[in-house]
Amino acid sequence: MIEVKNLKKIFQSGDQEIIALNDLSFSVPQGQFLTVTGKSGSGKSTLLYQLGLLDIPTSGEVYIDGTEATRQNEKDRTLSRLNDLGYIFQDYAILPSLTALENTMLPLLMQGYDKKEANEKAKKALDKVGLLDRMNNLPSALSGGQQQRVSIARAISHDPKIIFADEPTANLDSETSAHVIEAFVKLNQEGQTIIMVTHEEEYAKMAHRTITMADGNIVSDIMNKK
Amino acid sequence: MIEKKAQNSFSKNVSVGWFLARRELRRANVWTTSLIVLVMTLTFLNLIVVSGILVGLIQGSEDAQKKYAIGDIVISPFLNRASILQTPEVVKIVKTIPGYKNHAVRYTGGARVESNYRETIAPGEKRDGAGASVLGIDPIAEERFSGISKFVIRGSYLSPNDGDSILIGKNLLYEFTPIEAPGFQTLKNVEVGSRVKVTAGETEKEYFVKGIISSKVDEFDTSLVMIESEARHLLNRTDLDANTIAIQILPGTDPFQAQKFLLDSGVGDYARVQTADEAFPKFLKDIKETFRILGTVISGIGLVVASITIFIVIFVNAITRRRFIGILKGIGINKKAILYSYMYKATIYASLGIIFGMVLVFGLIKPYFAANPINFPFSDGILVATVPGAMSQAFILLITTMIAGYIPANIVIKQNTLSAILGR
Repeated sequence: MIEVKNLKKIFQSGDQEIIALNDLSFSVPQGQFLTVTGKSGSGKSTLLYQLGLLDIPTSGEVYIDGTEATRQNEKDRTLSRLNDLGYIFQDYAILPSLTALENTMLPLLMQGYDKKEANEKAKKALDKVGLLDRMNNLPSALSGGQQQRVSIARAISHDPKIIFADEPTANLDSETSAHVIEAFVKLNQEGQTIIMVTHEEEYAKMAHRTITMADGNIVSDIMNKK
Repeated sequence: MIEKKAQNSFSKNVSVGWFLARRELRRANVWTTSLIVLVMTLTFLNLIVVSGILVGLIQGSEDAQKKYAIGDIVISPFLNRASILQTPEVVKIVKTIPGYKNHAVRYTGGARVESNYRETIAPGEKRDGAGASVLGIDPIAEERFSGISKFVIRGSYLSPNDGDSILIGKNLLYEFTPIEAPGFQTLKNVEVGSRVKVTAGETEKEYFVKGIISSKVDEFDTSLVMIESEARHLLNRTDLDANTIAIQILPGTDPFQAQKFLLDSGVGDYARVQTADEAFPKFLKDIKETFRILGTVISGIGLVVASITIFIVIFVNAITRRRFIGILKGIGINKKAILYSYMYKATIYASLGIIFGMVLVFGLIKPYFAANPINFPFSDGILVATVPGAMSQAFILLITTMIAGYIPANIVIKQNTLSAILGR
């Protein structure tokens, strides 16, 4: 599903070059739940942004379903993000002026679904994360955990090929975090490919596979025992 | 990898843009929205009212001129003649105009009026006098035509037998026009009941001042108004040929048709036949055009202010929502859809401002000024505003606002997606 070849990301800070990703190569098969861990500044989020087509690597290639994604123009990258990828950000990143349902509907409307269809699909996604009863609430009326579940519903509403989650439990208490991780596990069991960045070992181990990073390098790549 | 189930077509961008804008506006702070709409309303009023009043200043003067002095059609002597030939015949034709309502026949000529003519003055001293026009009228017909008696601010109106009385225009009196310029004098110490001497050519006669006229119509305000037989006598006229025949036609009658009727009836052989618009002096038209340009310039400044206001509003809005714009782009929402949402917002602000402005202009301000004209020194100013004119101003404001909304939103939307999401 995803193939990464010699991926490199270098940031320029004055005269200094900071190597955020150092020649990484690996692949992620369809249906795998992969977690990426590492200390702060290890490059895990940077890796996620390159895989999720939110950033352009300095060199190397990312293939998604055999298509070289890194060389796409901005328009096609936006379209790929809309059709093939789903995102869950650390701080939920849902729009404050839209209700839970409207936030979830948004990618579907952009895909061209009519309002009724989008509404139905969004409701299904919210039901999956257990938030159907709060669908008409604005984010301000939802707890952090509920907002993160809206974010998950938005990410899965349009049936993406891969879900990217960037430390989705970072702002949540342990109980809520456990619910969110459970939601990911459930989604994965239904065949959803998930790549999640986390610094919490406990959650990392719940995935099929864990890549550990340090200073832009992969220091370990292990299959977790379930 | 890109499934074409999601074509980023124009209609999808438009509908997603509308989806976002509608909800953001609905859930925006009501006071902030009200303030922006108020600014847009004031801007629209500025566009319409400032130029409308400037033009209305002259329009008021023109309207008064038309209503009280020249009517809808005016017959006047050829430029090389002193009076309208065959006036009684012409009047007969005038009365047969389809849509005829009323007419007034007037006799005019130059004269000099003096007030202290009985006093002995020292050698070299000048008498208290002024140059004036004699205006001979039929008091009953003139009253029917212009309602001139309502302009008599002191004393009383003329009756058909007032052979020894005159009405004096306020511009001839020092009390109302305190000017002492070389070559231009006004009369001092003249009141109702005063006696004045009027000299026209070789003829001179004393008259009682029966009343003072103040009308904001020059034709009356600079004249010595007397009954027509007196004017003809004073001006040494031996025939009935008049200087002006002002004609009013019924509402809905086309003045050009009436003009054509007169010309076809042969009136053109005796005098000039003009519609009111043709008869207005060129300087008045020039002033009107000047004020219109001035109004347009002031309105233009208002438009720039409105653009800057919308620019700032949208820019601040977009900047504070920069992260959300990044997230929208991140989840695959097309840049154009986001851009349209901001343009919708700008357009809605402007549209609401225009709607409120239209209601205020045509429902309140224009009727108010029509009923209570502004008392300018030389005219009763009204607000000149037409629906087509206001619509074109509204269109300009709308386009300007859309551009003013587009530019700042585009600046923010163009920024790097990841930087926007991460807020760096």
